[in-house]
Amino acid sequence: MTDTAHTRRTIPDRLGTKTSRILASWEVLLFGVAVLIFVFNAFASPYFLDAWNLSDATFNFTEKAMIAFAMALLVIAGEIDLSVAAIIALASTAMGAAAQIGVGTPGLVAIGIGTGLACGAVNGLLVSGLRLPSIVVTIGTMSLFRGISYIVLGDQAYGKYPASFAFFGQGYVAWVFSFEFVLFAVLAILFAILLHATNFGRQVFVIGNNEFAARFSGIPVERVKFVLFLLTGVMSGIAAVCLTSRLGSTRPSIAQGWELEVVTMVVLGGVSILGGAGTIGGVVIAAFVMGLVTFGLGLLNVPGIVMSIFVGLLLIITIAVPIIARRIREMR
Amino acid sequence: MPLRTQPIGTESTSVTVPILEMRGISQIFPGVKALDGVDIRLYPGQVTALIGENGAGKSTLVKILTGIYRPNEGEILIDGKPVAFAGAQAAIDAGVTAIHQETVLFDDLTVGENIFLGHAPRTRFGMIDWRAINSRARDLLQALESEVDPGIRLRDLSIAQRHLVAIARALSVEARIVIMDEPTAALSRKEIDDLFRIIEGLKRQGKAILFISHKFDEVYEIAENFVVFRDGRAVGQGRLRETPQEDIVRLMVGRDVKDVFPKVEVSIGAPVLRVEGFCHPTEFRDISFELRRGEILGVYGLIGAGRSELCQALFGVTRRSAGGLTLEGQPVDIRSSSDAIAAGIVYVPEERGRHGLALPMPIFQNMSLPSLRQTSRRGFLKAAGELALARKYAERLDLRAASLSVPVGTLSGGNQQKVVIGKWLATRPKVIILDEPTKGIDIGSKAAVHGFIGELASEGLSIIMVSSELPEILGMSDRVLVMREGLTAGLFDRQQLNAETLVRAATGNT
Repeated sequence: MTDTAHTRRTIPDRLGTKTSRILASWEVLLFGVAVLIFVFNAFASPYFLDAWNLSDATFNFTEKAMIAFAMALLVIAGEIDLSVAAIIALASTAMGAAAQIGVGTPGLVAIGIGTGLACGAVNGLLVSGLRLPSIVVTIGTMSLFRGISYIVLGDQAYGKYPASFAFFGQGYVAWVFSFEFVLFAVLAILFAILLHATNFGRQVFVIGNNEFAARFSGIPVERVKFVLFLLTGVMSGIAAVCLTSRLGSTRPSIAQGWELEVVTMVVLGGVSILGGAGTIGGVVIAAFVMGLVTFGLGLLNVPGIVMSIFVGLLLIITIAVPIIARRIREMR
Repeated sequence: MPLRTQPIGTESTSVTVPILEMRGISQIFPGVKALDGVDIRLYPGQVTALIGENGAGKSTLVKILTGIYRPNEGEILIDGKPVAFAGAQAAIDAGVTAIHQETVLFDDLTVGENIFLGHAPRTRFGMIDWRAINSRARDLLQALESEVDPGIRLRDLSIAQRHLVAIARALSVEARIVIMDEPTAALSRKEIDDLFRIIEGLKRQGKAILFISHKFDEVYEIAENFVVFRDGRAVGQGRLRETPQEDIVRLMVGRDVKDVFPKVEVSIGAPVLRVEGFCHPTEFRDISFELRRGEILGVYGLIGAGRSELCQALFGVTRRSAGGLTLEGQPVDIRSSSDAIAAGIVYVPEERGRHGLALPMPIFQNMSLPSLRQTSRRGFLKAAGELALARKYAERLDLRAASLSVPVGTLSGGNQQKVVIGKWLATRPKVIILDEPTKGIDIGSKAAVHGFIGELASEGLSIIMVSSELPEILGMSDRVLVMREGLTAGLFDRQQLNAETLVRAATGNT
């Protein structure tokens, strides 16, 4: 006891050590789950522990995870975008139509991302401009965007993409590392910085925790939300480029049901569905967990419908576990 | 233990038997003993005032009595028989009801539905008996001397009428023990008088009332007995008639409180803010005033006079329909809170938790929120800068917290208010608007907040202080703007200030 001379008490910056806080986090628990699934898969199938097989496995989550990063920010801010898969359909349709009339690869990428941006702007204007609830708005635009795609395509498919367009979904940057996987890694870092290290990210957290207080503290709440919808639209556009390139064709049913898998990934990653809390690191681990599970089940020849049952269960369990755990803690 | 006398019946000479008795109640939370061996007796037809600073254990006691917490030690007896509340419903079944500080009511339900929510009368076939709801609701409201129609939606009622609905709801169960947790916090003097008439009625019906309040004048007016809590212990109880106020204050804070309103003499400088013809479509009209450097302008009026709305319009969160303001001679157009903050006008809201703080977030992140531009570099956060800023203002305001990283929601009301004030001081404002700065804050912290407001004025800050508490307005203000129904009812200098003038202006009685 050396500093007894202080008249006013000094308040420590933090309690406990950094390691103790990290060890108690949801992300560490999730990482443990990922390791378990990895080990289980390795034992269950002799084909699993192969560099190229593992590289293939990453395609199960890279496109969805890109959207999940932006969705995580939206959910933390207390909003949601259920139209993301429909944006993929519309963006892919726009690219397909452009490819038919001979637009080159750079033009196609610009059209794909531009369509995503425009769709995001529609959502953003409806939610932050007219102050409508995002869950209703994006259910509406979900039908709207995919509906346009169905009107344009009917039961047809666009298929004539230029050869160089295949790189985004099928190309490799180095050894087993695909372009998609590298893009996923870069975006993960960029979004982690945006959410956790910038003023913008802090504003997202404050809006999600208390929108009134945010507004009363001078945060441009509507502008931040608009930017988040734009960002989600752009990420959906980028995912559309990758997916269209990988499949080499566009049908209106492309990426059907992805919005739920993206939301599952976000929630599994520890982002509070009520807003205000979450990390990009958690979403990254959740992406690996979902990818490994889908791939492992695929290796074991489990049919697709069982996989969707699994995803549904995963969503319910990840929402239920923290809530039940809190109740048990409170009862003591 | 000092001042412990056996309360006796008020009217008759016979010794009254307590309806409810708590013996040796202790409530232990991790690391804290919230209540430590508390004894309390509540008598039929009598009001017992529960007095104590925030954090003294009053809320914990209320939660035990309403079945939300189960005490670790001790027993509760009703009519001499020990009871144990398994939950909130068990407490209601045992005849305990509570009117909370902020009762949860539902805007889109009718008055009748709000009153009987959860225990609606049923018909023989198990359907909700709407006729009974409305007639019984009307009876309850009439007993409270209110003519509110049970069929209208709560949304359409005034704050005072809502309060009556909350009381009617509490009385709609057959209760013999009524707990009132700071029931007057949001009420004007006239509404308080109405409430006290209701309490007198309840006394005549033989109900036992536990009345929790910070305001001594009210306590002396309505209560027979008192219990003082300090640090989770009942440090004194007895008859109010035999106990002077100074003794209770001493019991409460454990020391003498001499100067409640340390008005610092400040030399008032040049005009800083000039407000001209401020109007709002519905809430206020044609408000003009001037605020000088180092001046404290009190804004007084009844609930609904438009005071908060005026402040929020000055701060840019409520739109004005006409009027303008000049700051240090320059006209400023304030369209949003960020405009106001940039101009140097900040607002400490009345509802701290709702408008002022992100409660689940750490103290330092709340403090740095409006100053992020200063603590960050090119849009990137710098934790060290934020912590340094938070530490500076935490020490200046003598904030009590385990660390700067704990969620603000874990702090007491007084300390939460310090965080809100600190976050605004960090922006180095010229004008600070304080809306009910000591609402829900205990006496010890109140004096600290008042002292601090005086200190800010002496440093040259101009202050607008909205308050419903006359002593606070009278003790702190250099001038007072009185509002009535959205209009200026008077602007008084310190020399003209007295309680009667202000109340007359605020109520319109001449």
